[in-house]
Amino acid sequence: MLKEEIRKKLIAVVGEENFDDSKVGRLAYSFDATPNFQAMPDGVVSPRNTEEVSSLIKICNEYKIPVVPRGTGTNLCGGTCPTEGGIVFLFKHMNKILEIDEENLTATVQPGAITLDLINAVEAKGLFYPPDPGSMKSSTLGGNINENSGGLRGLKYGVTRDYVIALEIVLPNGDIMRSGGKLAKDVAGYDFTRLFVGSEGTLGIITEATLKLVPKPETKKTMLALYQDLEAAARSVSKIIASKIIPTTLEFLDQATITVVEDYVKIGLPTDAKAVLLIEQDGSPEVVQKDIEKMTDICKSENAVSVQVAQSDEEAEQLTTARRWALSALARLKPTTILEDATVPRSEIANMVKAINEIAKKYDLNICTFGHAGDGNLHPTVPTDARNKEEMERVEKAFEEIFIKAVELGGTITGEHGVGIMKAPYLELKLGKEGIAAMKAVKAALDPNNIMNPGKIFAKDSRKRVVVGK
Amino acid sequence: MTTVLEQQTIQDEFKNRMNEDELLNCMRCGFCLPSCPTYITSGYKETHSPRGRIALMKAVVDGLIEPDEDFEKSLNQCLGCRACEPVCPSGVNYGHLLEEARDIINQNKKHSLPVRTVRKVVFDGLFPHPNRMRTVTGLLGFYQRSGLQKVARAAGVMKLFPESLATMERVLPKVPTMREMKNRPEFVPSQGTTTKRVAFFTGCLMDTMFLETNNATMKLLQLAGCEIVIPKDQSCCGALHGHSGEKDGSKELAKQNIKAFEDLNVDYIITNAGGCGAFLVDYDHLLKDDPQWKDRAVDFKNKIKDISQILYEADFHKKVKLQLPYQIITYQDSCHLRNVMKTASAPRELLRAIDGIDFKEMKDADRCCGSAGIYNIVESEMSMQILDYKMEQTKATHATTVVTANPGCLLQMKLGIERENLSDKMRAVHIVDVLLEAVVK
Ligand SMILES: Cc1cc2nc3c(=O)[nH]c(=O)nc-3n(C[C@H](O)[C@H](O)[C@H](O)COP(=O)(O)OP(=O)(O)OC[C@H]3O[C@@H](n4cnc5c(N)ncnc54)[C@H](O)[C@@H]3O)c2cc1C
Ligand code: SF4
Ligand code: SF4
Repeated sequence: MLKEEIRKKLIAVVGEENFDDSKVGRLAYSFDATPNFQAMPDGVVSPRNTEEVSSLIKICNEYKIPVVPRGTGTNLCGGTCPTEGGIVFLFKHMNKILEIDEENLTATVQPGAITLDLINAVEAKGLFYPPDPGSMKSSTLGGNINENSGGLRGLKYGVTRDYVIALEIVLPNGDIMRSGGKLAKDVAGYDFTRLFVGSEGTLGIITEATLKLVPKPETKKTMLALYQDLEAAARSVSKIIASKIIPTTLEFLDQATITVVEDYVKIGLPTDAKAVLLIEQDGSPEVVQKDIEKMTDICKSENAVSVQVAQSDEEAEQLTTARRWALSALARLKPTTILEDATVPRSEIANMVKAINEIAKKYDLNICTFGHAGDGNLHPTVPTDARNKEEMERVEKAFEEIFIKAVELGGTITGEHGVGIMKAPYLELKLGKEGIAAMKAVKAALDPNNIMNPGKIFAKDSRKRVVVGK
Repeated sequence: MTTVLEQQTIQDEFKNRMNEDELLNCMRCGFCLPSCPTYITSGYKETHSPRGRIALMKAVVDGLIEPDEDFEKSLNQCLGCRACEPVCPSGVNYGHLLEEARDIINQNKKHSLPVRTVRKVVFDGLFPHPNRMRTVTGLLGFYQRSGLQKVARAAGVMKLFPESLATMERVLPKVPTMREMKNRPEFVPSQGTTTKRVAFFTGCLMDTMFLETNNATMKLLQLAGCEIVIPKDQSCCGALHGHSGEKDGSKELAKQNIKAFEDLNVDYIITNAGGCGAFLVDYDHLLKDDPQWKDRAVDFKNKIKDISQILYEADFHKKVKLQLPYQIITYQDSCHLRNVMKTASAPRELLRAIDGIDFKEMKDADRCCGSAGIYNIVESEMSMQILDYKMEQTKATHATTVVTANPGCLLQMKLGIERENLSDKMRAVHIVDVLLEAVVK
């Protein structure tokens, strides 16, 4: 419960209507998309502008109350779960696209703007904002920036980080600072823009961002290749890249996923296929045509059992069906769906998938793997039931092994979902003691009272994921 | 007010009765948020979103929160439009959760005396009885025809009611006379060769206040080559009961209807009200725990089809020439027709087939108009905000004809037109009425 004194101060800044500490109001912000994590905040505030954010954060800093910035709460790492209570900051008033600058090819947005709204707005002007996380219909740009989200177009176009060029940040002491600018080049001091991208709300609050845009590609083509052999699919991926083609999208589904999808949507996928590759290329019509032909040849030379190239938008739509339904089909299998994002160098995809299959067998689990093959970013997914404690324990052990294996292969524990609380215990695997110490030093320098999203990224102890109580 | 004791029983009932698998099935991905009208209209309040409501229900089951006033408010303000369902990757059946939750709250809460009286009259005394529905509608007709309407309006009696209800009184259609309502044949042959034998679910509101629309529906079915059976013993579909937490009442109605339609040897059972249709196709869920009725409910459900869908499938629009003087026509989805019965393209294709008109899709046609049963009366403020948005989109198309597929939506759109003072420029019509008007004789 908040002290009356603090309550009054917060209300004085945002008004009664933008402060809520009712039970129902707090419960609605006690969770995000992470399975099995829930904790009540003490209150929820919705500031209307940067100055209000600054005033609010000063109050929180004075009383050392945790601050949990929240977009739409679609993250999968427990990033917005107020594990230590405190105040949830919402950006529902700060949700405007402020400017689309066609001369400098930039867009300036408030943190609460919805990703897809920006994508649509810039495309209407013949421009393109490539980062397209699967959650873009509901996720906010503030959330995307703080998780450094990726998407299906990451292989060719990079991730959110590659498009953030300037930020307005409110620091934990209430100072308002700006980093970067509408500049292609800028070496004035430390690159704070980069530091804040992917900082998961642990360093400050982003109140405005300027994003880079690119011209919208003229056309796009889609193809689908089926394989009886996992390695052959992986070799196709390597060969495509080695022949100097960078497709927009290079998605992969394994046999377990194909089976589940076919069961659910019945589109005639052969369930004995070991792998499916969904490939898309965009650009000028001539280049796209040439690339698609070349990739078709490569897939065939690697013994793909079938290669289909879409001749129309509708056909393209059909070819992407399996990939689009992957998550839905998996999510419907069991009450709980645990989706991870271990990532390895592209060349290790086949090894990683094989390792995942072995681990699944060892722990007697159904692990379905799909993901962004071109980026080496895989989504091993377990349909399970959070009420089954025994199985949850096996799930946990399996994922621990998957993370260890990924790091062993030169990869990482998370490619795009972030560390949050979910993966905090494993961060050391990737960074080592020294890496953690250096990161903690940065955190302490900017947020000495540890009010910003405490408990995230850095594990207090070696507490394991999944089994955290309510 | 809900007393502490009532809260305790409600909480216990939540634990006993709510489907935990379904609650857990929500993975809190938030994909449903952009589709929820109340989330948007409330200024993005999570408590007014599907994900938030499911989380609240689960929290009551888990004992994390009590079912207090705020909790009830969150559920009351839900339109029940089920726009959250088709977009849900997990396939959460939100409608079932909501119905169960509302039923628990209603069964365990003492309503204030006036509310109780109204509920009793409406749910027990009125809707289950076609003859009484006719009488009430008849009274409305008497009121309209006798000049009493004028008197009441002049005296400003209607000012005493919430704004939506007061305006609603002005837009109600001219109701048919008692004699017109009672003379319903039990069998109507097809025109030309018979290709299908169908039964017609007349619906209580449709068969009284919107009798003309029901007549039009049958004419179109005849033209499409259907012979029609209209069983006398059919009753109200039970949707109004089900959505308001009167589940037992709706079960009784369901059984009566299943019995009435069972042995007619028909290919389909046709409805022309999306709201009724959606409830009828859910009978199997409603009666799932009743071994005597379960399978019969499935047979019944499998035959339900909306009028637009059957006309479309029967190539009505290709066989019959349709033409109207130039006008811009737009279509407002019935939420239940779209989200539950999954009929969205058929009505549009039928309208596009009319020669001489311009069909313009409005933005967010799939978003609820705010009618939602009796929602526009009990949650008037939210409903009117939602309607204002709808009217903005309607106006942007420059349409002079707004077509709907459900009586509630039709009344709500009429209300919207009246509120915007557009009655001389714009009309709202049921799809079958405009189709019949377009049939070239
Ligand atoms: C079904 C599904 C599919 C997904 N697909 C993808 C995918 O393809 N690629 C991908 O990368 N991710 C994906 N995600 C994960 C998630 O959607 C992304 O991380 C997204 O960017 C989160 O956005 P949000 O608005 O929901 O942010 P939130 O979840 O609300 O917040 C994310 C983080 O940002 C912080 N934050 C939010 N706003 C601010 C601010 N203004 N200032 C400071 N900190 C802030 C929060 O504290 C938190 O740490 C998926 C999630 C789901 C459920
Ligand atoms: S879309 Fe479905 S699973 Fe996702 S939050 Fe909404 S109801 Fe839950
Ligand atoms: S039924 Fe409609 S109003 Fe209710 S939660 Fe779903 S989308 Fe929102």
